[in-house]
Amino acid sequence: MKVSLFITCLCDTFTPDVGKDTVQLLERFGCQVDFPENQTCCGQPAFNSGYKQESIKAMKQMITAFEASDYVVGPSGSCVQMIKEYPHVLKDELEWSERARAVADKTYELTQFLVEVLQIEDVKSTFQGTATYHPSCHMTRLLGVKDAPRILLENVEGLNLIELPMKEDCCGFGGTFAVKNAAVSGQMVEEKAQHIDETGAEYLIGGDMGCLMNMGGCMRRNKQDVQVLHIAQVLNSQ
Amino acid sequence: MGIKIGDKPYAERIQAGIDNSFMRQAVSSAQGRFRSGRLKAAEELGDWEDWRTLGEEIRHHTMENLDYYLHQLSEQVEKRGGTVFFAETAEEANAYVQEVAKKKQARKVVKSKSMVTEEIGLNEALQQSGCEVVESDLGEWILQLDEDPPSHIVTPALHKNKEQIRETFANKKGYTKTDQPKELAAFAREQLRKDFPEADLGVTGCNFAVAESGAVTLVTNEGNARMVTSLPDTHIAVMGMERVVPTWEELEVVVSLLTRAAVGQKLTSYITALTGTRLEDETDGPEDFHLVIVDNGRSKILGTEFQSALHCIRCAACINACPVYRHVGGHSYGSIYPGPIGAVLTPLLDGYEDHKDLPYASTLCAACTEACPVKIPLHEHLIRHREIIVEREHMGAKSEEWMMKGFAKWASTPAAYKLSTKMARTAMKPWTKDEQIEKGPGPLKGWTESRDFPAPAKKNFWEWYKQREKRRGEA
Ligand code: SF4
Repeated sequence: MKVSLFITCLCDTFTPDVGKDTVQLLERFGCQVDFPENQTCCGQPAFNSGYKQESIKAMKQMITAFEASDYVVGPSGSCVQMIKEYPHVLKDELEWSERARAVADKTYELTQFLVEVLQIEDVKSTFQGTATYHPSCHMTRLLGVKDAPRILLENVEGLNLIELPMKEDCCGFGGTFAVKNAAVSGQMVEEKAQHIDETGAEYLIGGDMGCLMNMGGCMRRNKQDVQVLHIAQVLNSQ
Repeated sequence: MGIKIGDKPYAERIQAGIDNSFMRQAVSSAQGRFRSGRLKAAEELGDWEDWRTLGEEIRHHTMENLDYYLHQLSEQVEKRGGTVFFAETAEEANAYVQEVAKKKQARKVVKSKSMVTEEIGLNEALQQSGCEVVESDLGEWILQLDEDPPSHIVTPALHKNKEQIRETFANKKGYTKTDQPKELAAFAREQLRKDFPEADLGVTGCNFAVAESGAVTLVTNEGNARMVTSLPDTHIAVMGMERVVPTWEELEVVVSLLTRAAVGQKLTSYITALTGTRLEDETDGPEDFHLVIVDNGRSKILGTEFQSALHCIRCAACINACPVYRHVGGHSYGSIYPGPIGAVLTPLLDGYEDHKDLPYASTLCAACTEACPVKIPLHEHLIRHREIIVEREHMGAKSEEWMMKGFAKWASTPAAYKLSTKMARTAMKPWTKDEQIEKGPGPLKGWTESRDFPAPAKKNFWEWYKQREKRRGEA
């Protein structure tokens, strides 16, 4: 199966390791992975701030980059969800909205792809430690990927998964919200960090780099002894 | 008071909310109770999603045929001895009520809780005409004593806890007992009991009006609305023009959704339906009944992409689910409609000028959309508002506008994009220490005030991938 990587701008810039784990994981299950070079950012920062015209430029670039692919897989629920929105955003441009629809239909978040397309529930990985999982808002509520990460994590050998209290509350990231409403965002992530602390877990696992940077940055500032991991890193560990 | 509360700028309001730890504690504990109540009620029902769909369909159908149902409603009300007045603006609505009060030579007005009368500032209008106005809902009464605006649409005094309420009662009414909720409520009841028989006019809102019968229904947990509507000789009900349902059948659905979504009750303690005036052989009820149907900007929303905002049944589930509300409280929104629905509705009713920050008071986490019992896509409306603020109203900050223009160029030019992710580390070097940025420049300033920001990686993904491809080619 041929899979094109959608690496996301945060992952490319800040956590290339997550990208590497994504590649290796997919290859372990027989996927032929390629990385379309003319991909950029999904456009979400502009779109969610109200700059629709500006976001459309990014969207068209991404559509062009992935049109030739069979499957597009990215390690971020939020960015994948943005791609799913393309046809709707471009609805006034008939040709583009059709091209957008074609790309959106074949785009998957990593865990969603593993469970729904490859039909894998156990990736046969081993990871020693106690961890808690934060279900990101866009991934769960908007993209509708609720069970896949949990199913995969529960099958990781050695991993002790502890439920995060009030897990459905947003961590306060919200893209530009974290910058525009920094004080409120700071309070929200502080509350989240406390809940993570309550679990006593050594690791925090998530599926979106933005949220993880937010929670990780807060816990680091608090000198909380919790290590932050993207789910791809856990699933690819042996 | 009107829809807008206070003149402080947004940033100050927000900061005041964050700094008020007393309020935040009160809000978060109340929010916790309401949320779990709603989730439990939804679970008990089992087919909650089907109910939501039904609720959405009913509201959609009603909005699509609003003129028909309003016409039917007003005919039915008049047939049963009531008078209907369509008020286009807040001023018109207030003037009408003032006129009725004058005709009745009313001195004392008792009220039951109503958001729309807050929206149009009816209390002040009546006071200006020389009437004493008494709020009879416990929460509203507390706020009235304190001259404080509501901070929540179902529990207006949510931001106060029992110690504060005790203090208010002690300062304003000479209360001497404890802060036990039971004692506080008993005291309020005792005080208010004196007001009901003395009142010349009873004013209520209207949760839903039933078009087929001309009935006005009130959904409450205190018996006060019944006193307000049955003791004074004159009853005026004020409703937003969207608060109509076709028949009793639809009423049953929306009331069930309302009570469950609001606090998790199957039904509230009192669901009162009033149809017309007192008949000759009846002993209770008003001699004179007026229904004031308020537009105040609502008809402008009809037929637009925001029409579904009019589906709102004011259950506050979105407010209770909102983590931003949880941290800033209702007053931070500067509107009597706070939380997600407030951020959507307030700019629609009162314009963007004073409320352009509200649509940004959300992380777009969509907890509100998920909670809404009539499926209003609240977070999508918020994004749409942002678009209008930026593209139509040109109210976006200049610096942001330039940044976003730059973004568009960057994200549509792969070479520039690649170069920047490669150069990011070097660019951030001056602020980097230990692979972290603890005090960031420009837009990162706010972020790094409360959290660290990671330094860009030594080698970005693309470089790694390229090298790997190369190695593979050589192998
Ligand atoms: S928008 Fe929905 S959830 Fe919010 S108050 Fe209205 S009906 Fe309730």
